[in-house]
Amino acid sequence: MATTNDPLDARAADALSDRPPLTPGQMAWRRFRRHRMAMFGLGLLILLLLYVLVGSLIFTEKYANYNDIAIKLRPPSAAHPFGTDAVGRDVLARTIYGGQISLMIGLAAVAVALVVGTTVGALSGYYGKWVDSILMRITEAMLCIPQLFLLIVAAKFLSDKIRNFELLGRQMSGGVIIIILIVGLDSWMVLARIVRSQFLSLKQRDFILAARCIGASNRAIIVRHILPNTLAPIIVNATLGVAAAILTEAYISFLGLGVRQPTATWGNMLEDTNKFLDTAPWLWFFPGLMILLTVLAINFVGDGLRDALDPRSRPV
Amino acid sequence: MGLYIARRLLQAIPLLFIISVIVFILTSEMGDPLAAFGGGRRSLRSEDRERLTRQLGLDKPVWFQYIVWVAGNDWMKVDLDGDGVADSAGTRKGVLRGDFGTSFTTRQPVLEMIKERLPNTLLLMLTSEIVIVVFSLAIGLTSALKQYSAFDHAVTAFSFIGYSMPIPLLALGLIYVFSVYFRRWGLPYLPTGGMFEPSAGPSWQQTAWHMVLPVTAISLITIAAYSRYIRATMLEVISQDYIRTAHAKGLTGRYVVTVHALKNAALPLVTLIGLELPFLLAGAVVTESIFAWPGMGRLFYDHTTRSDFPVLMGIIMIIAVTVVVFQIITDVVYTFLDPRIRYD
Repeated sequence: MATTNDPLDARAADALSDRPPLTPGQMAWRRFRRHRMAMFGLGLLILLLLYVLVGSLIFTEKYANYNDIAIKLRPPSAAHPFGTDAVGRDVLARTIYGGQISLMIGLAAVAVALVVGTTVGALSGYYGKWVDSILMRITEAMLCIPQLFLLIVAAKFLSDKIRNFELLGRQMSGGVIIIILIVGLDSWMVLARIVRSQFLSLKQRDFILAARCIGASNRAIIVRHILPNTLAPIIVNATLGVAAAILTEAYISFLGLGVRQPTATWGNMLEDTNKFLDTAPWLWFFPGLMILLTVLAINFVGDGLRDALDPRSRPV
Repeated sequence: MGLYIARRLLQAIPLLFIISVIVFILTSEMGDPLAAFGGGRRSLRSEDRERLTRQLGLDKPVWFQYIVWVAGNDWMKVDLDGDGVADSAGTRKGVLRGDFGTSFTTRQPVLEMIKERLPNTLLLMLTSEIVIVVFSLAIGLTSALKQYSAFDHAVTAFSFIGYSMPIPLLALGLIYVFSVYFRRWGLPYLPTGGMFEPSAGPSWQQTAWHMVLPVTAISLITIAAYSRYIRATMLEVISQDYIRTAHAKGLTGRYVVTVHALKNAALPLVTLIGLELPFLLAGAVVTESIFAWPGMGRLFYDHTTRSDFPVLMGIIMIIAVTVVVFQIITDVVYTFLDPRIRYD
């Protein structure tokens, strides 16, 4: 009985048994596990993570950035399974280190967008009135500018304004921080609107009135009472946001406004590869494929999370 | 309704103001416009640079440059000869009177540069939009009517892959197969870029032939997203009671789908398209640069690298105004299409 797949049966079995009822987290995990595409996405994502992490134990970063003009533009072979690029660097090793940077940019940019979007949405929805008017006008203004245009301008505005630095024993180009900032600051608007609409409806509910009656401060009401109730759409939006951020990084870098060489990202590995379109297709194929697989895996997981956490919010 | 439109138009004013301030601060501070002055063929002597900076008003603080950009400078004395003394009347009229200024690099009026590129972009983007709507409606509908069939599963897989596809991989892959390989196999192959063969000269046949690959690249990704969306709205509509009623009173399946269901299922699509149309003016920066298509995206990108901010401001403000106007039009049209919605 307990292993049945029908949710109603499972719930009935739980009700009859002595086990404590499932927590919301356990119920969500149960729904997520049944989502075949989401589990496939999760598996693929774990494989990709292993690829970029275990790979860096096999190749050193020095090797990934080591150029030998004598072996430039070599097609895939046993020594260089993904071939070599225009200055003779190993493409396989660069997809490994580039993947680390691309994934880090995706996650960190979403973290920036999360902080800004949640704050703007919460303040706007909770306080309303002029706070809402000002913040929502700014949000709308940002949405009226074509996203890639804003990114191009911001990338140019910030370029060379942040210096290189060291992190975890690796020399990091300041460009990484710039990309994280501009992608993050350009993708919080939709999240802000979602959080705002949640706050608008939740602040009218009786449990908020109750919290106010026992003297909870505005801060406590926002952070402890309303925010936890808006977590589901925030998590779904953030997951899908990582995929979008990785794609965005690829576009800015493809246009030559991203992280500078020799630091590799999947995006800047694509830069200028259209010059070698037919002579060296491995240059654009492998980084492009890595981006496709990663974005696909994250989108699958995000879709599964939406069904598991927030089934009512499916787009129409 | 008139009152509603008037209120929306009034609300648009502060919105456009905020947009222009954000973009002006970013663009006017992003680099040295004089580095590429006059095409950047030779570098400027330092006294020329000083004179030019004064002539173009670049020595003034940002807020002052912004006022000149908005309201022009024909009502004040400016330093036209660049000798450090403001002694002649300005000539710029400002954006509010329809003067978007002149490009730093080409010395052409911004509006003329935009007018030159706009037809190319509209040709490419409107064609793509038509392809997108036709195909995503057809695919989405079939997929919804045959839910859980092999076709439906294939479409779901295709749409996830299409939605996750980085444009460079798709565009370069298309060129690789249809230009490089088709040529190698001796098949009729598609051109890789531009709007016409230099040897054949511009003609509509040439342009249409050159549009095939960029239109495919732009459309595929959006079709993937839209067809899923239409499938979802259609599934919701055909499970409604009035559809069952229509079937029950003996209408043919085809009639119910096309007249009763499609009308309601397509409503959200109207909003989606209405909000997206103005962004078509922006073109597709990445696609245009891969296929060497002389459109607005390329214009914007090329002039960003040269820090030519009058051009950038002009492009962004024209798009922003169109976005705002289309938002109002979409909302108004929606009340005609769906009388259940009222704003008053």
